Amino acid sequence: MTIVVGYSADPFGRAALEHGIAEAKLRGTTLRVINATPGDAYVDAGFAQTGEVHDIEERLTSCGVEFELIQPVGVDTAKELLKVMDDDAAELLVIGIRHRSPVGKLLLGSVSQQLLLECPKPVLAVKPDGF
Amino acid sequence: MNNLDWLLQGFEQAATPMNLLYAVIGVLLGTAVGVLPGIGPAMTVALLLPITYNVSPSAAFIMFAGIFYGGMYGGSTTSILLNTPGESSSVITAIEGNKMAKAGRAAQALATAAIGSFVAGAIGTALLAAFAPPISRFAVTLGAPSYLAIMLFALVAVTAVLGASKLRGAISLFLGLAIGVVGIDFLTGQPRATFGIPQLSDGIDIVVIAVAIFALGEALWVAAHLRRRPADVIPVGRPWMGRDDWRRSWKPWLRGTAFGFPFGALPAGGAELPTFLSYITEKRLSKHKEEFGRGAIEGVAGPEAANNASAAGTLVPMLSLGLPTNATAAVMLTAFVSYGIQPGPTLFEKEPLLIWTLIASLFIGNLLLLVLNLPLAPLWAKLLRTPRPYLYAGILFFATLGALAVNVQALDLALLLVFGLLGLMMRRFGLPVLPLIIGVILGPRIERQLRQALQLADGNWGGLFTEPVAIVVYVLMAILLLMPLLLKLMHRSEESLLVVEDDRDQVEKAQA
Repeated sequence: MTIVVGYSADPFGRAALEHGIAEAKLRGTTLRVINATPGDAYVDAGFAQTGEVHDIEERLTSCGVEFELIQPVGVDTAKELLKVMDDDAAELLVIGIRHRSPVGKLLLGSVSQQLLLECPKPVLAVKPDGF
Repeated sequence: MNNLDWLLQGFEQAATPMNLLYAVIGVLLGTAVGVLPGIGPAMTVALLLPITYNVSPSAAFIMFAGIFYGGMYGGSTTSILLNTPGESSSVITAIEGNKMAKAGRAAQALATAAIGSFVAGAIGTALLAAFAPPISRFAVTLGAPSYLAIMLFALVAVTAVLGASKLRGAISLFLGLAIGVVGIDFLTGQPRATFGIPQLSDGIDIVVIAVAIFALGEALWVAAHLRRRPADVIPVGRPWMGRDDWRRSWKPWLRGTAFGFPFGALPAGGAELPTFLSYITEKRLSKHKEEFGRGAIEGVAGPEAANNASAAGTLVPMLSLGLPTNATAAVMLTAFVSYGIQPGPTLFEKEPLLIWTLIASLFIGNLLLLVLNLPLAPLWAKLLRTPRPYLYAGILFFATLGALAVNVQALDLALLLVFGLLGLMMRRFGLPVLPLIIGVILGPRIERQLRQALQLADGNWGGLFTEPVAIVVYVLMAILLLMPLLLKLMHRSEESLLVVEDDRDQVEKAQA
């Protein structure tokens, strides 16, 4: 079995990663970290660059959980995570959530909301400390 | 009235609240499109051409001038923070600028680029004000043979000197000349290449072609390459410079200006060559040679100044001779035509107030850019997060609106699509678009001068070589065409070394 983490390069993604690691240790499962980007802007702040990828890999190696880190480019983030959750081995999805204004949601949509509503398996929604 | 009086009058005209507002809109818009790779000032001015139908000429040109200078500033920001040059003329800035930013000196790199651009822009505009009127006074005395020779020189220069491949340049040029032929022959009244369509007898509107090639072609090209790995943008605070940076920057600024302006003013100039020359000069003269390749501030200050000075320089042939030598100037020239103003040597005589207002607004725009760009740099960097589908949907919308607004006829939309696809294909096969647009603009004018010259000489081709200026220009043209051959015979130039280095850098980046 495996636990899927929807990662983004910000405190919310890092919180999701930590909770994912804790959960994987508790359940004795592997960890699958997904950092997807639609790749339609020149810069995507949520997409982990080389330095950060290195940090994540180091953190995951040090915690001793068997892991896999993938960075799909040119995909819809929510769809990609839902596709991964379709796998029978996927047991739980961990994501970081944040406040969004109604206008922002209307204009840009909300990946978290789509995942919470559409994922057929349990979703663990977490927040970084102090939010 | 002498030039200084006219310039003061220009300032008076440009400094009204309404015109200042247009200047602010222009520089903001210009910087924004300069920051975004792929969208340039030429495309923006092309998309804004429809405003010439209900905005006064001075207001429109004040805005276009702001876009023109703003695009140069914006391009440097992208070069430095993203290592993706926003404009072809800021390729050199990216070499040292991005290295500086990676070494944590992004604020200083942005500051020296912005202040250098300001210094070069101010000096360049002053030189423009000094040189354009006498050149235009001289040009008015020239006859058809000389004027024909100068225009042919511009065509040859833009086609053969700028850009990597002469063949590709020539293909693009002849496409443009062919488009320019469409319409009724002005001497004999015969329809040419109109395919029996009555709407084509007036020729294809230049606005439609400019919008199609610059906006639609580019948008389709980006749409074909929509998804790719996001790049790493280097976070930056407010740009600033220390005393040491000032000391190391001011000489490269002035030297860069000295390189940029003459190259821009020559019909064969462009901004690529002077930025490159400035870079190798700074590398040679620098006391910190070891820093070059690792982020030397001189390597940002010089080329960025050269870039802006050349932008000012390109306005010299445009205002004094009606010769466009870069894409933005070409599109601005179509705006003159759209107002019913005939671009050419008589511009300073017939429309002095408009021209001097334009020059004054260049000074104002330049100052506005410095004031806006220094504090707003972090905000401009954020613009790069805009998803491209939103951006290009907007561009397509305005492109269609602009093309339709010209004559409100459906045929123009069909032409927009046809030339937009042509623009896409040209980008696909690496054809430069500048020779095409210059061919469309200059083609009919060259034809007119040629036939006038031939008529005056009773159809004798020898009549084309009767004026001394014409002969000198033809000799220069021959030298220009033969020079690359001579250079090839000489030993390997430093230029090829740098290009190889840069290519390798790009490949590494693509693999990373």
